[in-house]
Amino acid sequence: MTHLAWLLPALPAFAAVVGLFLGTRTAGGPAVPAIAGTAGAFVVSLLVLASAEGSPATLHESVVTWTPIGGRTLNVGTRVDGLVAVVAVMVCVVALLVQVYSTAYMAGDPRYSTYAAEVSLFTAAMLLVVVASNLFELLIGWELMGLCSYLLIGHYWQTEGARAAAVKAFVTTRFGDAAFVIGIIVLGVHAGSFDLDRVLAAPAITRRYADYLPPVHDHVALIAALLLLGGVVGKSAQFPLHVWLPDAMAGPTPISALIHAATMVAAGIFVVARLYPVFVAAPASLTVLGIIACITMLGAALFALAEDDLKRVLAWSTVSQLAYMAAGLAVRGWTAGVYHLLTHAAFKALLFLAAGSVLRTVGTNLMSQMGGLRRAMPVTTVTAIVGAATLAGLPPFAGAVSKDGILDAAHERGGGLGTTVYVAGLITVAVTSAYVTRFVLRTFFGEYRGASGEARPRLHESPLVMTMPLVLLAAASVVLGEPLVAHNWHIARWLNAPIGTAALHVGAGGVALSTAIVVLAAGTVYALWRRDPAADPAAVLGRARGPLAAGFGIDALYDRILVRPLQGLADAVLRVDDSGLDAAAEGSGATASGLGGALRRLQNGNIQAYASGLVIAVIALVVGVSLAVAR
Amino acid sequence: MTLADVVFGLLGVVCLAAAILVVTSRHVIHAALWLVVCFGALAGCYLVLTAELVAWVQVLIYIGAVVVLMLFGAMLTRAPVGAVQQLDSGNRPVAAVAGLATAGVLGTLVVAAFRGAYVDIHHTAIGDGKVIGTSLFRFFVLPFEVASVLLLAALVGAIVLTKREA
Amino acid sequence: MHLSMALLLSALLFGVGVYGVLARRNAIALLMAVELMLNAANLDLVAFDAWFKDTMHAGQVFALFVVVVAAAEVGVGLAIVLAVFRLRETVAVDELRQLADVDPPVRADT
Repeated sequence: MTHLAWLLPALPAFAAVVGLFLGTRTAGGPAVPAIAGTAGAFVVSLLVLASAEGSPATLHESVVTWTPIGGRTLNVGTRVDGLVAVVAVMVCVVALLVQVYSTAYMAGDPRYSTYAAEVSLFTAAMLLVVVASNLFELLIGWELMGLCSYLLIGHYWQTEGARAAAVKAFVTTRFGDAAFVIGIIVLGVHAGSFDLDRVLAAPAITRRYADYLPPVHDHVALIAALLLLGGVVGKSAQFPLHVWLPDAMAGPTPISALIHAATMVAAGIFVVARLYPVFVAAPASLTVLGIIACITMLGAALFALAEDDLKRVLAWSTVSQLAYMAAGLAVRGWTAGVYHLLTHAAFKALLFLAAGSVLRTVGTNLMSQMGGLRRAMPVTTVTAIVGAATLAGLPPFAGAVSKDGILDAAHERGGGLGTTVYVAGLITVAVTSAYVTRFVLRTFFGEYRGASGEARPRLHESPLVMTMPLVLLAAASVVLGEPLVAHNWHIARWLNAPIGTAALHVGAGGVALSTAIVVLAAGTVYALWRRDPAADPAAVLGRARGPLAAGFGIDALYDRILVRPLQGLADAVLRVDDSGLDAAAEGSGATASGLGGALRRLQNGNIQAYASGLVIAVIALVVGVSLAVAR
Repeated sequence: MTLADVVFGLLGVVCLAAAILVVTSRHVIHAALWLVVCFGALAGCYLVLTAELVAWVQVLIYIGAVVVLMLFGAMLTRAPVGAVQQLDSGNRPVAAVAGLATAGVLGTLVVAAFRGAYVDIHHTAIGDGKVIGTSLFRFFVLPFEVASVLLLAALVGAIVLTKREA
Repeated sequence: MHLSMALLLSALLFGVGVYGVLARRNAIALLMAVELMLNAANLDLVAFDAWFKDTMHAGQVFALFVVVVAAAEVGVGLAIVLAVFRLRETVAVDELRQLADVDPPVRADT
């Protein structure tokens, strides 16, 4: 069935086109083509998984040769293995749930048809990245995702915040993408082809498994890996390109669930997992990735602790969790890292959709204006608590398996990198548990702190169309935690983990330690909260809170050293264009008019002037002719 | 240097001087009167050249009609009676250049071409009334008729141009 | 007598006439200068007629015609000057400038 894999990007893309042009005219509205396309892709992904699962390391390539411009031919096709199949299912599930959820969340939005089409297009792009058989296909999907992200973040383009956030997201990821493209070209040129098989079998990549090779190949893997990391850091919002993700929360909440939790930001991690042999061939790149991950996971968790905006807390949480996945991959815990990608998709999408449910009811993003919602919104509360517990890493929920798997892999790896990741990971567990508890308590418990009297919104549970996805994702968060008990080794087989990476293994000791940390941190926050349910437990951070809430001023720094000089340059170019080029063009017109005006003075209406000119000209002619003739 | 030369020369000087005064005088009426002098001298020149009829026609028509007409025109257009500073327009320098150039070119041309030419006034047919009249009505009847039509047209035109709306 | 004397006088008269046409401000004075030019041409015609000893006297006949035309021209010219004077209260030729090339007037409703 893997030959059906091409349908995975094709169906949502077709739905996007149909929805864009016919959306408002379909009976049932623009949601119909969108949901139909995504549901179709979901079914296909299940079929693909069924046939790809169980056969270790097999790949199925359907190839169509394409010669775009004279010279190189490009083999367009799909390359399906276990990783691809599992991730495809994950993407389709989340996309489908988001589309269903959006029918209620975005009801009444005048641009809903465009929105649904863009979400379909985005799903198609992500699936293209997943099933791509060569690097150019991957790049096309990558860039399409960036475009859709820009369009969707800027969905409320009438607000300044959304416009700015969309541009910021696009430009920041662009920085990374520039390096990414060069990395792909390096790999392709070295391998002589852009097909993934050929690239991964190229001498510079496989040398760890082969014998001596000429030294010129030594650095190709490192250069390519570092360049690819640029794109990963941009797309997955790691330090130092993490600044766009919290601002991207200006987009609609279902988008945050789909793009900025489950899929697009995970694409960077996916690429690292897919091209893992490249990184393994250059261990320095994995060290770099690990260090970036440690900085990011801790920093982002601390920022989440200080934020008041609900969605921004979740955004920083995403950044931190992505760093977890990156750290897992950095310490050769390939299976653990990928598994965390899957579980994160489930619980983060759940948390974002629950947040959307809350936001839609309460009308504000700020946690200081919420509280006591558990009575009015029971389903949302329960599912959100499940999501929070998964995020914190409490067993038996899925988060425990993947997180402890990563910590275990780090511990096993040892050495400088492994120990750093382990320690940073443990500290982050504590901080994560703290901010998650704070989030739950501030939003759902205590008393409602928002507007009262006439301005008080009617607190009610969201419609079934919105709560059903929440329940399904909560169930997933539980089910994915199952392997804790017996089946963890299945996952490694399913995913076709590369040779030489650690299996997903969770020791009882590790679980106990991290659970203890989680409970301790949560308990501390709960105790702080109990003292004054209306106040913010983060106030205990005291003066540290300010810089944390401002993200250590990295945004301001970027603004000063990058944005303002670039804007100044753009203004200068504009001025040169206005006063230089435009002025030259307009000046030529003005000069022509001026010359005409000067000539016009001959026509002054004075007939004596005309007659004088006539007489003198005639005399001159006569004299001239006679002199010429006389010669 | 015959007597004819001398007489013609004197008359020419008078004519020229009068002409210059016509174009430089600051009184319009004075200019018209100097024009009379100029035309009179020219009539004398014609007489020296044995063109009698032309000379008397010159006196009759030019001095008797044209100048009178101009005086009428000057009076009807309220020409200033006294001296006028601005009787010359600002075009004077250019006009002087043009005039000098014209005179220079034409004068050089004719002198260079006809330096040795000599009019024998004793052996030409004197242009009196009988001779000119015969020639006119024998050889130039058609232009004569056309000229009369032209005069009629000018008459009608002048009346139409100056007719006041009733 | 020398032909060139007559021709020279004619040429000088013509130059004076040209100066008068181009320099005078009053329309009547301008017409006077035009008359000078016509007379210069007349003198030329008569002088050549005498030099050629023309029995048909074409030169003198045409001089007569020139006189006729000059008279007609003066009549019409003065009529025009009168009409202009009635319209504009002036006969200064450098104040009659409607032939000048100027920008079209800006309409009030644009």
